[in-house]
Amino acid sequence: MYDIKALYEAESVEQAIRLLTEHPQAQIIAGGSDVLVQMREGKRAGKELVSIYGIDAMRGVSYEEDGAIRIGSLTSFSHITKDPIIQEHINVLGEAVDMVGGPQIRNIGTIGGNTCNGVTSADSASTLHAWDAIVEITGPEGVRRIPIHEFYIKAGTVDLRPGELQTAIIIPKAAYEGYFGHYIKYAMRNAMDIATTGCSVNVKLSPDKRIMEDVRIAYGVAGPVPLRAFKAEQAAKGKPAEAEYVKAFAQTVLEDIRPRDSWRASKAFRQHIAVVLAERALRKSIELAGGEIHE
Amino acid sequence: MSKQYKLVSCIINGKPVEKMVDVRASLTDMLRDDYRLTSVKKGCEVGECGACNVIINGECFNSCIYLAVWAQGKEILTLEGLAGPNGELSDIQQAFMDEAAVQCGFCSPGFIMSAVEILEEKREIPDEEIRKRMSGHLCRCTGYENIFRAVKKTMLRRLGKEKEAEAV
Amino acid sequence: MYVGKNVTRVDARDKVLGRTKYTDDLCDKSAYIVRVLHSTIAHGRVISMDTSQAEEIPGVVGVFTCFDVRDTQYFPTAGHPWSTDPDHQDVADRRVLTEEVRFYGDDIAAVVAEDEVSAAQALRAIQVEYEEYPFVLDVQEAMKDGAPQLHKEYPNNILKHTTIRKGNYEKAIQEPGLTKVEGWYETPVVQHCHIENFICYAQMEGDRITVVSSTQIPHIVRRVVGQALGIGWGKVRVIKPYIGGGFGNKQDVLYEPLCAWLCRKLGGHLVKLDVPREETFVSNRVRHGIRSHIISWVRPDGTYAARKLEAFSDQGAYASHGHSIVAKGAGAFPQLYPCENVEVDAYTIFTNKSVAGAMRGYGIPQAMWAVECHTEDVAAKMGINPVKFRRQNVMPVGYMDPFSKNELYHDTFNQCLDKALEATDFERKYQEYQNQAGDIRKGIGLSLFWYNTAVWPISLETSSCRMVLNQDGSLQVQLGETEIGQGADTAYTQMTADVLGVPLEAVHVVSCQDTDVTPFGTGAYASRQTYTAGFAIRQTALLLRERILAYAHELTRMPPYNLDIVDGNIIRTTDGRVLMTLEELSTEALYSLTNSQHLSAESTSQIKSNAYSFGCTIAEVEVDIPMCKVRLLDIVNVHDAGTLINPALAEAQVHGGMSMGIGFGLSERLLFDQKTGRALNDNLLDYKLSTFMDHPRLRALFVENPEPTSAFGTKGLGEPPACSVAPAIRNAVYHATGVAVNDAPVNPHNLFRRFTEEGMFAGTGKGGFHHV
Repeated sequence: MYDIKALYEAESVEQAIRLLTEHPQAQIIAGGSDVLVQMREGKRAGKELVSIYGIDAMRGVSYEEDGAIRIGSLTSFSHITKDPIIQEHINVLGEAVDMVGGPQIRNIGTIGGNTCNGVTSADSASTLHAWDAIVEITGPEGVRRIPIHEFYIKAGTVDLRPGELQTAIIIPKAAYEGYFGHYIKYAMRNAMDIATTGCSVNVKLSPDKRIMEDVRIAYGVAGPVPLRAFKAEQAAKGKPAEAEYVKAFAQTVLEDIRPRDSWRASKAFRQHIAVVLAERALRKSIELAGGEIHE
Repeated sequence: MSKQYKLVSCIINGKPVEKMVDVRASLTDMLRDDYRLTSVKKGCEVGECGACNVIINGECFNSCIYLAVWAQGKEILTLEGLAGPNGELSDIQQAFMDEAAVQCGFCSPGFIMSAVEILEEKREIPDEEIRKRMSGHLCRCTGYENIFRAVKKTMLRRLGKEKEAEAV
Repeated sequence: MYVGKNVTRVDARDKVLGRTKYTDDLCDKSAYIVRVLHSTIAHGRVISMDTSQAEEIPGVVGVFTCFDVRDTQYFPTAGHPWSTDPDHQDVADRRVLTEEVRFYGDDIAAVVAEDEVSAAQALRAIQVEYEEYPFVLDVQEAMKDGAPQLHKEYPNNILKHTTIRKGNYEKAIQEPGLTKVEGWYETPVVQHCHIENFICYAQMEGDRITVVSSTQIPHIVRRVVGQALGIGWGKVRVIKPYIGGGFGNKQDVLYEPLCAWLCRKLGGHLVKLDVPREETFVSNRVRHGIRSHIISWVRPDGTYAARKLEAFSDQGAYASHGHSIVAKGAGAFPQLYPCENVEVDAYTIFTNKSVAGAMRGYGIPQAMWAVECHTEDVAAKMGINPVKFRRQNVMPVGYMDPFSKNELYHDTFNQCLDKALEATDFERKYQEYQNQAGDIRKGIGLSLFWYNTAVWPISLETSSCRMVLNQDGSLQVQLGETEIGQGADTAYTQMTADVLGVPLEAVHVVSCQDTDVTPFGTGAYASRQTYTAGFAIRQTALLLRERILAYAHELTRMPPYNLDIVDGNIIRTTDGRVLMTLEELSTEALYSLTNSQHLSAESTSQIKSNAYSFGCTIAEVEVDIPMCKVRLLDIVNVHDAGTLINPALAEAQVHGGMSMGIGFGLSERLLFDQKTGRALNDNLLDYKLSTFMDHPRLRALFVENPEPTSAFGTKGLGEPPACSVAPAIRNAVYHATGVAVNDAPVNPHNLFRRFTEEGMFAGTGKGGFHHV
């Protein structure tokens, strides 16, 4: 039994916005795998909840008119992994969310919830950052779309204004076409764990597969929110897909990331692992893109 | 604040049912307290142990972090719903017995329900994927070894591979 | 005959049907809910508590604080048999609630409410004022003069210090040509993580209190509830239904006294105390972390001239099982590899941490970590093959411990080793994995273990059994030994059926224990259930058989010595003829108008023996050096647990112990905040108990040398499987990388630290392990 002051169930986005406006203190609950746990801990005890779990219109993966991939915010991790559109264009996202918790959590957990809770360890977040995802937010004023790195304000806080909810995540065509990526979750066990550090890399190779035309890399748990390692990306962009440049790229991430010491892992350990993951994830991405690394 | 209730109609173990449910209740609360389905166990109440796992519309969920009101209109299966009308065990239940996959038995209902979901796919799933699909449950008695055997053997038997099943 | 057969567990059917009832499943919904308020400081005193806001919350029945407990007594909590000698009684240092706070999570108040939400709200509404004292978390810091003191009766926080002295260590180390090998080895605080949390409920019937509890030790709980409340032990009735695992945590009296006390305070109303997972980690019991220092002086031929062990055991805040744990491990040290000159000093130290109690292995997993890591280090330093080195020094056949009179009757160690070596292709792999370079390397390692079954002669060993025959020739069997998931009831069923001569289906072991009707017994611990119960089962079944045959003699006029019971029939042994069925006999016996008898038997066996139970583990690993990760490729345990009563269940037991050992070796550790003393990872996400994906196939093999002291040739197997796994893994990692990790677990954090220290990332590191 949860300490819920009142529960309001929305069946449509419009109804959700109305309920959120009427009950400004209310907390949105999607799948609940974070909200209910916090409520039990006492952090959100006694709150009103607006449940959006029943809004089926917010589920599913589809193409937008311009070829962008639209992922409804309530799409569960397991459905993202199984989705043919995801598998064809950004399989790495399906793989990343297939590493969240365990199977039951992947059936209840939603990509919207995973990003709206604003935590740095979210397995979907680093991949979404690395793929230049756009967040769609719907509220009393209508719909607005912002880049995912702007959506994250600080640890635990995202850019949701009163009455708003996140309704979709969009991967633009330019962001996925020709890109191949790999995600490595570094955790202490092989299931039911949160990332000590997560690293998502993708690469676009030149037609002859020799040059890294573009490289994008993002981390979870390398700072208070998920972050891109832009200096490392610059260091690799336009360089040959060779071991020397892959190593240099990996070393450069240390200029971008800001991990901290905590009881979960030391800063030195996280830095060490971040470099190892960058190198391994880029190597794997080049391989997936049909390239070959010249040692 | 007066207590808030909602009428929840759903199908539990094949039977249409409905009851007024406290909106604060988890599905675990509803199944255990309102329907006395006590195979649904509480081991952590935060979705980390898997003891409360049930099947909802064909997919496994930890009922402890699932609001009871969300069960409206859904089809729910608990371990109590697996046996036949005269108490005949399903193949996976029998396999858990035969393979000594049950010890204290507290985690068994959750594990068996995950196995049911996997076995419904009726395909030969590689060992590593079986492990992954069963990984949402913690067990301290069995080391997972005999649970693995029970699931794999049942999978192979359903595919008519009796000889391979014996060799597991 | 059923002993030795893979009989299906007698409780398996109900368990796979989901109809087995555990404590919470039995509790009526009218129960008031109890929640405990835990201290948020590690050391100090509660000065005052404001409960007024909490009491006003709708649904709250009452708030009881540490200032309300004057009608209760101090009590001991260890699940040990009581001793009538005051010098051997456990330390009585707990009360149902405490003003003196000794760890972060101590029990300072309790809320009783009509529902769990009100109870949780009330907990948050209580204001506590503390006087704070400095606290200490490290055992050796706690021993220093001037360290914060937890209990004034124990200066320097030393609960107990015991020694073993053999020969003359100081003189022996003067021998020329000796090599000194020295190391510090440490094991972490870990938790049992049974999937059913501890839970109990209490209700009064007349002037008696009934407590239903998820416990391993119902008769001990009865005694301690009586002691805590200062009432006659017979006024307490304890019922143990099926339990969802215990592993030693439930071999302590936990919250039964508090629950019983609250029940009495509320006029006997039904109250339920269901401990949340987070509180199970912090405020139940944990395994003692033990820091060990070993010095060995080794002759050039690889024999030991002298050895020394100092062990510092972290008791946490209260005595619980106390010194028994480190003492058991210290006792193993001079025995596993006997040496003429030995010094052992074992200390149990209070710290401001969660209370350490019993946990599977009872000090032996910690001791084997130290001893078997050290053994590997010695073999490496001496350049001797680790298998050869162990064979050369291990306890010889015929060794007898003068204290327990335990004897090694068979060549168990070598037989177990032979089996494990063959199963893993050890020698070939050991050679193949030498001198590896590169980021990813393989290694193979081994560890032996020492364990002894049961607690005699340190404590009482007793088992009582009752058998009652029904009209249809079936019977109920009741025992004080307790089913906790290990399969004890099935073993008892097999034993009874064999001795009595009835089909397995005719035997019903009453699993639910009730101290009002269950014969006295001290419960499930020390891997003693099958060994200990065996004596009482054999004795009682023979007694019942004698009574049945005496009655058969009345009915058949055949002399009893020419009669037998076979497969549920009374037969004449001279020609094998079936004279009647047991059903016919027992129906006649009950309803006879001339000689009505209720055929039953009851007896007690006091056991004045115990038995060694030895074995080994071999583990093969792959180490990814840059990732600081170990992948377990293969693992084999070999045990000599004597005659196996049920090989399939024995194998299953070993799997579970191996899994616990894998966690101990690779991932588990309860962390405490150095600034506050708070447990940091008190949940199943942050506490890294291994999952389905962290194990390879687990392999359990056996050597069956019948134990001569045992009623059925069997001996302990519950705890031994957890004893040698962790050091075998550590030794495999050492073999793969040349880097020795002496602090368990061998997790990425410890590997990162050690690999950094050894220059493994800088390219200046070791090129793998290389010796004979």
